[in-house]
Amino acid sequence: MEKNIAIKVENLSKAYQLGQIGTGTISRDLERFWTTKIRGKEDPFLKIGQTNDRTVKGESDIVWSLKDINFEIEQGDAVGIIGRNGAGKSTLLKLLSRVTGPTTGKIKVKGRIASLLEVGTGFHPELTGRENIFLNGAILGMRKKEIERKFDEIVDFSGVERYIDTPVKRYSSGMYVRLAFAVAAHLESEILIVDEVLAVGDAEFQAKCLGKMGEVSKGEGRTVLFVSHNMSSIIKLCERSILLDQGFISDFDLTNKVIDKYQFDTHSLFSSKYIDKLTIEFNENFEISNSSFFVVISLKKQLEFNEKIIFNLKNEENVTIFRHEILGPINHNDKLIKIKVVNPRLMPGCFFIETFVTDIMNLQYLENRIQWNQFNVNYSVSDYLYNKKLMIVPQIDIEYL
Amino acid sequence: MNQKNNIEEHWDLVIEGKSSLFDLKFADVWRYRDLLLMFVKRDFVSFYKQTILGPLWFFIQPIFTTIVFTFVFGNLAGISTDGLPQYLFYLAGITAWNYFSDCLTKTSTVFKDNANIFGKVYFPRLIMPLSIVVSNLVRFGVQFFLFLGMMAYFGLQGANFHITWAIALFPVLVLLMALLGLGLGLIITALTTKYRDLSFLVTFGVQLLMYGTTVIYPLSAAPEKYRKLIELNPMTGIIEAFRYAFLGKGYFTAWSLGYSAIFTLVITMLGIIIFNKTERSFVDTI
Repeated sequence: MEKNIAIKVENLSKAYQLGQIGTGTISRDLERFWTTKIRGKEDPFLKIGQTNDRTVKGESDIVWSLKDINFEIEQGDAVGIIGRNGAGKSTLLKLLSRVTGPTTGKIKVKGRIASLLEVGTGFHPELTGRENIFLNGAILGMRKKEIERKFDEIVDFSGVERYIDTPVKRYSSGMYVRLAFAVAAHLESEILIVDEVLAVGDAEFQAKCLGKMGEVSKGEGRTVLFVSHNMSSIIKLCERSILLDQGFISDFDLTNKVIDKYQFDTHSLFSSKYIDKLTIEFNENFEISNSSFFVVISLKKQLEFNEKIIFNLKNEENVTIFRHEILGPINHNDKLIKIKVVNPRLMPGCFFIETFVTDIMNLQYLENRIQWNQFNVNYSVSDYLYNKKLMIVPQIDIEYL
Repeated sequence: MNQKNNIEEHWDLVIEGKSSLFDLKFADVWRYRDLLLMFVKRDFVSFYKQTILGPLWFFIQPIFTTIVFTFVFGNLAGISTDGLPQYLFYLAGITAWNYFSDCLTKTSTVFKDNANIFGKVYFPRLIMPLSIVVSNLVRFGVQFFLFLGMMAYFGLQGANFHITWAIALFPVLVLLMALLGLGLGLIITALTTKYRDLSFLVTFGVQLLMYGTTVIYPLSAAPEKYRKLIELNPMTGIIEAFRYAFLGKGYFTAWSLGYSAIFTLVITMLGIIIFNKTERSFVDTI
């Protein structure tokens, strides 16, 4: 059986210029024009070989956001794109959705592309919901007849039927997003490109969006490219994923493998002189309970008076949900510390526990993260909504074993 | 084997870094024609909403400008109007000039005004300036009816003017004004993505240009030594033809209009080419 390729990317690169672009460049522009266009030589201001690493100051003010990317995506595949901030995810999406042109290389596409880099692009606050559906649909490439045919379906999916003739400036932000996503979800394109649009809306609507996207890729056999920091959505939706790192493809494989590699890469960024001081253990059944869980930390050396243990619970986007500090000194005899979190009220998703030792002033903050442990919360959305009503701050019990 | 190659070589879309200067994507523009109408509709609805006078605003601006021009240039300065009623003379010039200048100033900020939407979704960028030209056409139409009304009023009063055969050229004149405004606007908006200061130039440049066009004086009243210069301005030929068509006075020859037409077509082509070239990468620089 021959493979049916929907997207083929060949030697794709994109260069960006850093810093000021507009000042004193007429002369440089003329020089560039002279060498590249008239004499047909290589651009003197484009130095090849600079990688896009924000933390290192480059020699040239040109960075390659993407460098010689090659991949093929088969028709009907749902592919996730992950990577750190600045890895080139957004650039890749922008190139695929023709918002900006590549510096070199080619993208070949079979079928229509619809891209959702943002929901509600072009929504005008003064126009009604109905008018905005037509406007937004047309911006996304739909013909008027197509929108008319799908109009009822769109309104139905959005769930804002009552307000359809009200200007969208009077909508709540949730209604706005629902309507916008509804239009986008009904595009008739063979390829759908989605960037983190699911980060908006309440849990119920997010679940609905994910469901719709799954339907689009699995049920209708359309090709989906999905960029997100939300690993659990990627796992749910995409069989295969691309890991981008500093403008290169670091991995293109089954999603689970790619995510493992990504998380391993992220963690290996940190090293520490305190690295030997802590280890962490999980109690085995904590995925099951959402009312409480605990971790046991074992301290290998004495914690000095000017040191402390930080305990962070983070979500996939590396945002700390809550944080607890245990101050030194702690005697070496109290080496097992049980940290119990009661009523954490977590949304379904993937979480990390981060513990590390740092000095009391937090001066060593970034260098010292040493322990990451991932766990998933899988209980249903309704549990979460129920829990949300009980506004109890999670309680943390510390016990020295 | 041969057939397999054929299948592999068929792509609906190839995105590349470089493309021909003359690949103007008109087919793409045609495919998105519904979007153009949506933008026009959006411009109108959003313009009316929450205004008390609504479409009356379209009348107020030309009426007041005409009154002021009549007072300042007609009465105080005593500039000739070729024997035409002053109100009609100025209104004709203002109506035509407004359409051109609106097309020019609004298209000259297309990239800046739409940076957000252009940065998020693809559609042929040319749709946006085209929609501006069409929106303004509707506005021009409304103001044109005001002009026709004034003509009827002065006609009944027995004022000294007459319509000529050149009125058949009216659609051509409108098209030329639209294209000239569009073409210049496209060139300016493409350049302002890199050189911001050009946008300041446009605002007062258009105002100054009006005095270099035969809006407040007839070409026949222009001093001999500046006359050639004023004739070089492509809008002069168009406005003179417009006045000749509707009021019977004005310097109108095949040469003067032909010059304007050729100038306009060249500017329009140049504008579209530069615009298309800028469109590919402006998101990175703006």
